[in-house]
Amino acid sequence: MTITEPGVEENANAVPTPDNNLNDQKPTGFGRMLRKEDPRLVRGLGQFCDDVELPGMLHLAILRSPMAHARIVSIDKTAAEAHPKVKAVITGADLAAQNLAWMPTLSNDVQAVLATDKVRFQHQEVAFVVAEDRYSARDALELIDVEYEWIDPVIDVRKALDADAPIIRDDLEGKTNNHCFEWEAGDKDATDAVFADAAENGIIVTEDIVYPRVHPAPMETCGCVADVERVSGKLTLWSTTQAPHAHRTVYALVAGLPEHKIRIIAPDIGGGFGNKVPIYPGYVCAIVASLVIGKPVKWMEDRTENLVSTGFARDYIMRGEIAATKDGKIRAIRTNVLADHGAFNGTAAPVKYPAGFFGVFTGSYDIEAAHAHMDAVYTNKAPGGVAYACSFRITEAVYLIERMVDVLAYDLEMDPAELRLKNFIQPEQFPYMSKTGWLYDSGDYEPAMRKAMDMIGYDELRKEQADKRERGELMGIGIAFFTEAVGAGPRKDMDILGLGMADGCELRVHPTGKAVVRLSVKTQGQGHETTFAQIVAEEIGIPPEDIDVVHGDTDNTPFGLGTYGSRSTPVSGAAAALVARKVRDKAQIIASGMLEASVADIEYEAGTFRVKGDPEKSVTIQDIAMKAHGAGDLPEGLEGGLEAQICYNPENLTYPFGAYICVVDIDSGTAEVKVRRFVAVDDCGTQINPMIIEGQVHGGLTDGVGMALMEMISFDDEGNCLSGSLMDYLIPTAMEVPDWETGHTVTPSPHHPIGAKGIGESATVGSPPAVVNAVVDALKPYGIRHADMPLTPSRVWETMQGNHTPPI
Amino acid sequence: MQVPAPFEYERATSVDHAIALMERLGSEARVVAGGHSLLPMMKLRLATPEYLIDINDLSAELEYIRIEGAEVRIGALTRHRQLLESDDLAAVLPIFRDAEKVIADPVVRNRGTLGGSLCQADPSEDLSAVCDAVGASCVIRNSSGDRVVSMHDFHRGPYETAVADGEMLTEIRIPLRPGSSSAYHKVERRAGDWAVASAGAAVTMDGDVIADGRVGLCAVGPNLTNVEPISAALRGQAPSEELYALVGQIAADNADPSTDTRGTAAYKTHLAKELTIRSLRKAVARATGQA
Repeated sequence: MTITEPGVEENANAVPTPDNNLNDQKPTGFGRMLRKEDPRLVRGLGQFCDDVELPGMLHLAILRSPMAHARIVSIDKTAAEAHPKVKAVITGADLAAQNLAWMPTLSNDVQAVLATDKVRFQHQEVAFVVAEDRYSARDALELIDVEYEWIDPVIDVRKALDADAPIIRDDLEGKTNNHCFEWEAGDKDATDAVFADAAENGIIVTEDIVYPRVHPAPMETCGCVADVERVSGKLTLWSTTQAPHAHRTVYALVAGLPEHKIRIIAPDIGGGFGNKVPIYPGYVCAIVASLVIGKPVKWMEDRTENLVSTGFARDYIMRGEIAATKDGKIRAIRTNVLADHGAFNGTAAPVKYPAGFFGVFTGSYDIEAAHAHMDAVYTNKAPGGVAYACSFRITEAVYLIERMVDVLAYDLEMDPAELRLKNFIQPEQFPYMSKTGWLYDSGDYEPAMRKAMDMIGYDELRKEQADKRERGELMGIGIAFFTEAVGAGPRKDMDILGLGMADGCELRVHPTGKAVVRLSVKTQGQGHETTFAQIVAEEIGIPPEDIDVVHGDTDNTPFGLGTYGSRSTPVSGAAAALVARKVRDKAQIIASGMLEASVADIEYEAGTFRVKGDPEKSVTIQDIAMKAHGAGDLPEGLEGGLEAQICYNPENLTYPFGAYICVVDIDSGTAEVKVRRFVAVDDCGTQINPMIIEGQVHGGLTDGVGMALMEMISFDDEGNCLSGSLMDYLIPTAMEVPDWETGHTVTPSPHHPIGAKGIGESATVGSPPAVVNAVVDALKPYGIRHADMPLTPSRVWETMQGNHTPPI
Repeated sequence: MQVPAPFEYERATSVDHAIALMERLGSEARVVAGGHSLLPMMKLRLATPEYLIDINDLSAELEYIRIEGAEVRIGALTRHRQLLESDDLAAVLPIFRDAEKVIADPVVRNRGTLGGSLCQADPSEDLSAVCDAVGASCVIRNSSGDRVVSMHDFHRGPYETAVADGEMLTEIRIPLRPGSSSAYHKVERRAGDWAVASAGAAVTMDGDVIADGRVGLCAVGPNLTNVEPISAALRGQAPSEELYALVGQIAADNADPSTDTRGTAAYKTHLAKELTIRSLRKAVARATGQA
């Protein structure tokens, strides 16, 4: 499908971008080109973890708890050990003997590798079997006899802090309740003062908003192959990890292996979405098994295990409040949040940010004051809180503010587009310090908003809606305008388990002018092998197809924190551009020698170095590469070779933004929601490959429709997870989504070397409020101001009957 | 990857061979055709048959749609896709195409079979309601020959049918009557999901009145593949919106759904009514040449 964008002027601050209208060109830098990794992936020739086969490899299966909360009375493994193909059966007690039963989480909590004292969520890891094949390993699980003693579980998060609630984390010394952490942001007194004033002279709106627990559900489940070499003791771990270097360091800390004896290889990864950031017990079990048995051991989750035990996302119960003037100027925002962190705090976020970047809940609006308070609690559910395509809880923050702005528009009887336009931070206010302490780097919001409104034909749609309402038909138009904070992050503020969030990058140009760039980040389908080649190509003029991108192997790449939270382009993308400039600087010196001119007299353009004022005298980067490695002298003081490495520490996050508009129709008899149209105008600064950006946006929008309309990990009262298959946990198909209409504006980041911002999660962040706002707008004739996700037909119908209840 | 428990496997070379195997192996043997219910259950170890008898080579005997005079005969191994794509079937029994459009997805429809769907007897399964609405009967074969049972007798309750050990369903027979048509409506949370609720209707017109009408409901309680009181209410009545509303209410009154992740009991009860009305309206429009 061809998207034609109406003739709206580009952002006035925009830098010119290459011609983006043609696909499969061969750009020497930025622009559309087909993905270099696709010839492998679309032919089914990718090499994923489960494709790894090693001689003598054994298979590991995990026994999981059937109960959400129970004391382990005894485990009898004799029958399993007697199975002819079983090599080992390991319990928590066995691990405890090696001091390996517990491991750190990414949030300075601990998590059981295998339960020793009690199980704390259904499907928690209790024991594992290693056998000659995966069928036998699975068969032997049924031969392990575990006796449990039931403990009442804490499932309803609202009751987790009740005085009589059972204590889940009695493993933590002195723990007398289920409180996990408390967090605050903004200025409470200043905010309360504005609210007090608004109560007299303005308007206050309040709404309880739930962002239910969802799951990243990558197509490839998690797994690994662990191979400890018997002589050297070196561990090679093929693993589904988005952060190979961070994992290596954590394994060194957990297992006591020296870090140089650990090599993590992340092969092709079938989707991550944050699900492959944490270290799961299964990985540790496989490493232990290989250490103990001396053979390679493979562990691959099945679909159910992935859905019920690995990192979930969201699960925030939020009360939102806005204080505004009666003519719609937003003055202050406050929120109180109850966060369900499951049995162990497995949130993946920088250490000083236990609520991730939820602090950007003030959105895209210029306000006087803001305050947030959060209590996080433990419950008997799977741990997680991953950066599920949410750039660290920004999904929740954006949903809160964009839902609340519509609530305000409803009470003021104002058009929600007009209300947003009235409150935007203005272009001259950037860099803008938010009331919760976030320095927005750049933005120009109104052009993006106007462009989305023009693309969808906003005024005509409102007229159509009015006509339909006359006839009793239900049609809704929903708007969301989001600002994200992505690209963690400056090492002065941000680390994970003490590891600073700066990224290394190495670039080596070979004698014939081909190159290899080595990255710490790891693609899970985002197209890094193309994008990073284009970044380097843009800087030194070597065509992208001549640049090999090496990533996902800790022995062969520089250190860095990995790919999640939309950080690859903001951090490693900057590193790639800067390392290429370093190489270009050296190339310029070599060129000066080759052209017998002073360095200052050499000018560079698209891979060619010329003598100023004498354009006939020139050499290409390829000529220089051969010279750098060849015979003959180089300019004085210069070493041979043409390569460089750097470590890039970002000065700030980047703040991409976007305007999304969704149109839905609802069948008034069955309450089924049909998403008719969706326009997404994104601004991620400088665009590297617009085709890949659109792909990222399409995926995120689909994801957002899923969360808004159908996805939820739910539990019964006993803590049984009801979403253990893709028949129960629904993710959308092409049938549920419209043809996406995408557009863009370009407002470069001022501090990023190429002006680029992250795009990986924008659409996942921005689309759920657009869809929900559209559904709620459609239900306006019923007097509906809010309804919670997932907006299944049943929930919509109950809402129409006046029976809306929160999903949790 | 989810892996099943150990089992033995044999491919049948004829229906007689399959029946002989089943007689010998008894209740631990299961027939596998499309496998789209059985194999997932085996991988989740909810089903652990000791023997699988694969009948996928029996197309010549069991895979056909024949319209012969006043009867349609469909072989048990006929795939969903064939039911969807058959123009001849859609001309006489449009309910099949209505239903097949919303059953699962193309991958499942390429392999899953009519016989497998009926024998699974899942209360949320669409084709049982379809077949009961159109008054189908089922041919069950064992070593002593064929017997024919009505859908009513075939369907014994959730996951239970009249097919005994050593027997297999071989054919579905549907009577054709002039002035008849049919329709199916389903609400699902997402394409390919099981029904939140669905309703199939079949009517035979006699001039301006409904001579015979049947409605089958899905996923709103047991034993509703044909709601008898609806047939009684329709018989001899002229179609009207009032009549549809009346029988819609009968459907709702007979529904006995439970609240689950697909929806509340109240919503499903509402759908029993709404979808009954829509199916009947369309079936009558088709039967009277208005659609």
